[in-house]
Amino acid sequence: MATLLADRGDDLLVVPGLGSTTWDLAALGDDDRNFYLWGAMGGAAMIGLGLALAQPKRRVAVITGDGEMLMGMGSLATIGIQRPGNLAIVVFDNGVYGETGMQPSHTQSGVDLLAVAGACGIGPCLDVRDEAALRDLAVRLKGLRETLFARVLIAADEPPRVLPLRDGVALKDRFRAAIGLRP
Amino acid sequence: MSAPADWPDRLFATLKRADIRQVGYVPDAGHARLIDRCRADPHIRDVVLTTEEEGVALAAGAWLGGERAALLMQSSGLGNCVNMLSLARTCRFPLLMLITMRGEWEEFNPWQVPMGSIVDPVLKLCEAEVYRVRNADEVEGAAERAVQHVFGDERIAAVLLSQQLIGKKVWTK
Repeated sequence: MATLLADRGDDLLVVPGLGSTTWDLAALGDDDRNFYLWGAMGGAAMIGLGLALAQPKRRVAVITGDGEMLMGMGSLATIGIQRPGNLAIVVFDNGVYGETGMQPSHTQSGVDLLAVAGACGIGPCLDVRDEAALRDLAVRLKGLRETLFARVLIAADEPPRVLPLRDGVALKDRFRAAIGLRP
Repeated sequence: MSAPADWPDRLFATLKRADIRQVGYVPDAGHARLIDRCRADPHIRDVVLTTEEEGVALAAGAWLGGERAALLMQSSGLGNCVNMLSLARTCRFPLLMLITMRGEWEEFNPWQVPMGSIVDPVLKLCEAEVYRVRNADEVEGAAERAVQHVFGDERIAAVLLSQQLIGKKVWTK
């Protein structure tokens, strides 16, 4: 997360999925342009789509986990049709449901979200397995021009959690204010 | 006075007056004309969904980015949305739903009845304002009130378009 969002720029809006990606994003330091999710499982990519369509001059990164993406897998088909050039979907894939006791997710048994995204017409689809590929993804994120999907393979771990604001109305209002909209 | 069958055009006019820019939908016979109108409009982004709950999240994202969205569905689709409606309720995202009813009047398909019969209570449990329409001349007024409730107060509202209005589905030709 830190590598991806180092020097994130004024125009990058981030929607993390509920669970670890929300805690990881908060751990980097709070930002009004983060829309943390504490629920709405399966909805992160579609929130990103609505936001990207509404804000074509800004970049939108949905950064979520494999379990959250699996629940909203149909949204990859929906996004594959719309393909806004300012939307990136990044899945941190650790193969487990970390919030509920590390039960194996489908990806651990061979379900390939990268192939799903590719089959839905999203491209480029990047398989990120090492630090060099992660740095390359960060560069692509900076110059985002077409809908991008990336699967970042990460270790299953449980670092101490950093919990962000969880008042949904406050999160919404400060996000809108940060991009110049009336709360 | 417009013809009764023009109600989808009047719904479309309401969406345009409300400056709706994104319309999410799962294809539906009752909404066929409204979907066509939205698809043909260069200022509306039509987003075909795989399931209706995607549309709840889409509308939230649109509002975060300063655009108004509407979600078109059939009554069965409401059942697919229930948990995702937590997003709209917790964050007070405006959510405008236009729902065509099945399972309530001259319904041939009994599989439509279980969900159709609980649309009203489900919406009320989800804190949505419900505007029920049975006649074509009520459509526009109900939709206008729903728009005002949704975007004026950042709330959820549903316009329920009764099966009497839409007409009986023809199963065999």
